[in-house]
Amino acid sequence: MKFTEEHEWLMDEDGVVTVGITAHAAEQLGDIVFVELPEIGAQVTKDDEIVVIESVKAASDILAPIDGEIVEVNAAIVDEPGKVNDDPQGEGWFFRIKPCDPGQMADYMDEAAYQSFIG
Amino acid sequence: MSDLRQTPLTALHRELGAKMVAFAGYDMPVQYKAGVMKEHLHTRSGAGLFDVSHMGQVLIRHEAGYGGAARALEALVPVSLLGLGEKRQRYGFFTNDQGGILDDLMITNRGDHLLLVINAACKQTDIALMEKGLPDCEVAPVTDRALLALQGPRAEEVLAPIAAGCEIMKFLDTGIFTSDYGELWVSRSGYTGEDGYEISVPEAEAERLARDLLAHAAVAPIGLGARDSLRLEAGLCLYGQDIDTDTSPVEAGLSWAIQSVRRRGGDREGGFPGADRILDELENGVARCRVGLCPDGRAPMREGTELFAAKEGGEAIGRITSGGFGPSLGVPVSMGYVPASHATAGTMLYGEVRGRRMPVTVSELPFVPANFKR
Repeated sequence: MKFTEEHEWLMDEDGVVTVGITAHAAEQLGDIVFVELPEIGAQVTKDDEIVVIESVKAASDILAPIDGEIVEVNAAIVDEPGKVNDDPQGEGWFFRIKPCDPGQMADYMDEAAYQSFIG
Repeated sequence: MSDLRQTPLTALHRELGAKMVAFAGYDMPVQYKAGVMKEHLHTRSGAGLFDVSHMGQVLIRHEAGYGGAARALEALVPVSLLGLGEKRQRYGFFTNDQGGILDDLMITNRGDHLLLVINAACKQTDIALMEKGLPDCEVAPVTDRALLALQGPRAEEVLAPIAAGCEIMKFLDTGIFTSDYGELWVSRSGYTGEDGYEISVPEAEAERLARDLLAHAAVAPIGLGARDSLRLEAGLCLYGQDIDTDTSPVEAGLSWAIQSVRRRGGDREGGFPGADRILDELENGVARCRVGLCPDGRAPMREGTELFAAKEGGEAIGRITSGGFGPSLGVPVSMGYVPASHATAGTMLYGEVRGRRMPVTVSELPFVPANFKR
């Protein structure tokens, strides 16, 4: 699993990358009440704002961590946004993306680096 | 740290794992470990304990007793204070010469004087206003007491062993109780839409009282985050958002707080700042008013969201002043100002969220019916 400074996690499984937000981010955001996900088939570019989440406190954007095509989204968290708080690094995943260039993930942090990043 | 002011419970909030934020110059808990959603729901089903010590408590005295003080204060607020019964509490607001609202407050008849509870952010200006506007009164801020709110359907069973007799109080009754924590000034009121109490306690005893209340299985500590969603569901105004110097009480839907004796034809008609505008609006209506708004989807429409009459084109006709998620309803809820022509419940409007106009329906307030003990 890789981690971004935007508090996303990326898990590469057979060339498709699952993306969500970290437990740390979910805790900081507070109870999540609304999630808007990208369309399946959308071509996205790194740093595009492709997901909107709203917690009880505020709205936040989730950026595309890499270039690629959205191949699957987690409709369950649209119906039940609380799943993101309950299991952010499991059932609370956001979308799956087929990368244009898997090399883009190389610069992201591993778990130990992320843990020290959030201090 | 910083120059934020502390309440007598600040250390306890940190011990309980609160996330602290700056609010009106005070270091205050926005939420505890449970989080806003659970804290909100707990208050509606059990009892929530809030630290509201940042709010101002002020005693107003006059040499002629209650009547003198009440008559004097009526010059600053458009409510009937001479008509307020002993040990009873009433909602009111300070108005300005333009008929706008300077602050909203709670006023208690304490027999021979008044007790006011005012908003933290307005404390200094309110006190200055009263010192200038009540030259024959003593305006005495209470600086040695904390203020707790215990809110929710189980508040009575929790407080009764501590303040014997509080169980027979009805909504907006007040009393002074001798207790193990010194003299408690208790009112059966609050700002959540739930039954409950506000408890003024000597600051030296505040932490012990809070700990003992929290030891009850029904009680959980509740932060400002849930306080905001609770009052929003209850359709209650937050000063600085839903009401301010640019909104009149009539526009804000607070006409119910202006008793007939202060209206046209009443024995003590007018005589408060902005009376010309406010009395005229009471008779002839207003061009815009505060309404409830229910967004159609799940996306909250927050403070500042502009409202439109049509899905495309046209200028904004109104604006949301408070909005968020309503945990008890499981959907987003908002309040805002719209033209009177668009204020009928059921009217469909559009709120612009992230550049898109999303449907939102005008609704009656409150969203969650009040659960007061009348």
